[in-house]
Amino acid sequence: MTKSNDNPDMVVQNIRREGTVTVLELAGDIDLHRSVELRECLLEIMQKKPKTLVINLSQVGFMDSSGLATLVEAMQLSRRYGGGIKLVGVQQRVRSILEISRLDSIFPMFENEAEALAS
Amino acid sequence: MMKEDENPGQIELTIHANPAYLCVARAAARKAMEISGLSRQDADGVTLALDEALTNVIRHSYGGPCEKPIIVRISQIPDYEEKESALEIVVRDFGKQVDPKTIKSRDLNEVRPGGLGVHIIQTVMDEVQYSCMSEGGMQLRMVKLIQPTNSDDSTSKPKLIFGESRIEKAQ
Repeated sequence: MTKSNDNPDMVVQNIRREGTVTVLELAGDIDLHRSVELRECLLEIMQKKPKTLVINLSQVGFMDSSGLATLVEAMQLSRRYGGGIKLVGVQQRVRSILEISRLDSIFPMFENEAEALAS
Repeated sequence: MMKEDENPGQIELTIHANPAYLCVARAAARKAMEISGLSRQDADGVTLALDEALTNVIRHSYGGPCEKPIIVRISQIPDYEEKESALEIVVRDFGKQVDPKTIKSRDLNEVRPGGLGVHIIQTVMDEVQYSCMSEGGMQLRMVKLIQPTNSDDSTSKPKLIFGESRIEKAQ
């Protein structure tokens, strides 16, 4: 399963399956405006209960608390059915908000997709 | 609408309370910070704090996206408290008023979505002050000391000042 988005203005750029893992590639700034699109996508993914969801944030240069809230909500949904979420390529600006909010410990973070898929 | 004030170190930006304009405010503020000499790391934090402040206005003061105005004023203060240079950001809205003393961050030990905006603002900024305005609406004044040579101060404890429910003129 692969769903790609050619619109560079959309946060959700690509969704694909790697075995039991779903990989979600995001891009751009995730704020109150864009988090609506992200939340819809994450809820749709969570309905399929993937064992692991890898979210690639390497193209995300900014995220605020509304974006973070969507990730936390998805994490909570995944934990309910025994799944998990891994973050990949987290840029310093995004890492900072995770640290300020003390949420950096609940999201496993990896340098790249290969590391996340191998873990 | 963006204009440069009589003070060359000040800009004023008015946006609709629409999340689509958050990126515009961030970009303008970011440029002002660059000019002010704020370090890149501090500029990242202050940009985030401004975004959170505007998001709170849209969500809570106005109860959702609308065409009502939010005014953002960014000023450079050369001799802040007679010692340092600082960047002052004022966010003015014309929505619902709340007692400044009730504006608090939530318990971070509770892992749940939402409610992090106030915590982020208080963590990032050196001074945070909410005020009810006599003409209606609220004003948030945030100050960040400019320390270009020491950029690793984003996690220092902020000095938090509430508005003491005082009523003051907007202009």
